[in-house]
Amino acid sequence: MLTAKGYPNRLGIWGWLGGGRWGLERYLYTLHRLTGLGLVFYFLLHILVTSSRAFGEAAWAASMGRVTGEMFVAGEYLVFLAFAFHAANGLRLALIELGWGVGKPFEPVYPYKTSVDFQRPLAIVALLLATLLAAAGTLDFFVLHGEVTP
Amino acid sequence: MDFTNIKEVTYRVRRFDPDRDATPHWEEYRIPYAPGMTVLDGLWLVKELHAPGLAWRSSCRMGVCGSCGMLINGSPRLGCNTQISELETTAVAVGPLPNFNIIKDLVPDLAPMISTHRDLSPFILRDDHEEMEKPSGEFWQSPEELEHYLQFSYCIKCGCCMAACPTYATDPVYSGPMPLAQAHRYNSDSRDNGFAQRREVLAGERGPWRCHFAGECSRVCPKGVDPAKAIQLMKRELVADYFKLRQQHCPAKLAETPKGMTRREGVPDAPAPTVS
Amino acid sequence: MTRDGKLWTWHVLAGLVIFVFLGLHMLIMHLDGVINIASLNPAGGHPIDWANVAARGKMVFFPVTYTVLLGAALFHGLYGLKNILFELNLGAAFKRTVAVVLLLLGAGLFVYGTWAAFAGMALARSL
Repeated sequence: MLTAKGYPNRLGIWGWLGGGRWGLERYLYTLHRLTGLGLVFYFLLHILVTSSRAFGEAAWAASMGRVTGEMFVAGEYLVFLAFAFHAANGLRLALIELGWGVGKPFEPVYPYKTSVDFQRPLAIVALLLATLLAAAGTLDFFVLHGEVTP
Repeated sequence: MDFTNIKEVTYRVRRFDPDRDATPHWEEYRIPYAPGMTVLDGLWLVKELHAPGLAWRSSCRMGVCGSCGMLINGSPRLGCNTQISELETTAVAVGPLPNFNIIKDLVPDLAPMISTHRDLSPFILRDDHEEMEKPSGEFWQSPEELEHYLQFSYCIKCGCCMAACPTYATDPVYSGPMPLAQAHRYNSDSRDNGFAQRREVLAGERGPWRCHFAGECSRVCPKGVDPAKAIQLMKRELVADYFKLRQQHCPAKLAETPKGMTRREGVPDAPAPTVS
Repeated sequence: MTRDGKLWTWHVLAGLVIFVFLGLHMLIMHLDGVINIASLNPAGGHPIDWANVAARGKMVFFPVTYTVLLGAALFHGLYGLKNILFELNLGAAFKRTVAVVLLLLGAGLFVYGTWAAFAGMALARSL
C-alpha cells in the first residue's frame, strides 16, 4: 500500500450529510441512515419496556405509565414516520443492491443515462409508499386515536 | 445565464503550498472571458496573469487522460470537460478533489486509489499462464459478451467518483467506486477467470458492502462509466456466489486460426514483434 | 466468502423478514384505527391495553413471530449501527470494542426478549 502524502482533505461526516451539490438519492441515503439510527435506539428501549409483559398486568401498566404523555406520543409518531420511510426505501435498496433496477451495462453515449436514472422510478414509488404509510399513520395517531391513550 | 456579453469571470482557487502554508486558503483572481473557454483554459490564464506558481495536473485537454479532476463549484468534474458558461455563473470556485490529500494547490494525491486498484488485479487472470505470457492467438468473445464490461472499461481513473462518494469521505478502508468498478469490469469479462482471486479482497471489509447507493459516483463520472451500476451488479454476483448460485463462465477459448485460406495478393507480412 | 459479505447478505434478508413482521406489528399497533383486525384486539380500546396484550399473548403465533422479529431486527439494526460506526474510521481498537459491545448487547437483549415473550404467554394462559 502506498502511503498518502500531503494535506488531509477528506470531507468527513460533512460528506455524509451533503458536502456539495447532490441529487435525490444522496438525500435518501442520508435519511435512511438517520431514520435507521432513530429506529434502532427506539427498538432497544422498546424491548426493555414491553418485556414487562412477563411480570403481569401491574408491571405492564407501570411500565406503560412511564412512557405516556404528549412527548411520548410525539416521539412514537416520529418513530412511525421513520419506519414508513425506512421500510419503503429499504425495499428499494434491497432490490437495487442486489442488482435489480439499475439497468444492464451498455455502451455509454453522451448525455449519459446512469443507474441512478434507471432506478429513479423505484425511488419515486418508494417515496409514494412512504407517504401513503405516513398518511395512514397520521390518520390513526391524530384523528382516530385523537385522545392520548396510555 | 446569458454569457454573450460577459468579458470577465472571477476565479476562486484553493491554494496550498506545503513549504509555506499550514492550511489551504482561497485566493481570488479576475480573468478575461472568451466564448468557449473551459475551466482548465481559465486556470492557464490565472497562471499567466496572476499566479505563476499555481499547480494542477492536466494533459490532454479533451477528457481522455483523466488528469484534471477537480472540485468545480462544489462538484467533482474534469476541468477540460467543463465549459465556464455551463456553470451558469461568472464566479468559478476551483478546489482540489476532496477525499484525497493535497500535494499542492489543485494536485490531489491519488496514490491510495491507485494502490487499491492494483490490489484488485485489474487485468485478465487465467489459469493458462503459458498462453497469457506468450499468446498464440486471440481469445474468442461475442459482441454480447463485450457489452457486459465495455461500459466499465471507459474509466480514465480521474478520481471524481472517489471525491463524490460519501463512504469514502470518512472511511479509507473502503475501496471506493473506481477500484470496485474496475474489479467488476474484469470479473465480467468472458476471457477472465480471476473471480475467486478478487473475491479474497471483495468479500471482506474493503469490498462493495459499504456502498449504500447514494449514486453520486455515477452522477459525476465524466465518461458515463456508472460505477454504482458495476458495484450493485458485483454485489449480486458475490451474493449468488455465497449461495452457490453463481454461474461460472468458462474463460473464453482461443479463437482458431482460419485454415485453408490464401492471402490476397499485395498484403504484406505482419511486422516482426518489437518485444520478445 | 469472508465475514463482511456474509453479514451484509443476512442484513438484507433480515430486512425483508422485518418488512413482513414489523409491517404486521405496525398494522396491529398503529394502524388499528384504519384497518382493525377485531380478533387480535378483542377487548376493544387501545391495542396496548393489558386485556388485548394478554389476549394476543395467549396465541402461539405472537410469541413465535415476536422472537423471529426480535432476532431479525436486532441483527439488522445492530449490524447497521456497526457499519455506521466502522465507517467513522476511529481506529482498530474502537472497531474491536464496538463489535464486542454490540454482539453482547444483541445477544443479551435477544435472550431477555425471547424469555419475556414466552414467559408472557405462559402467564397469559394461566390467567
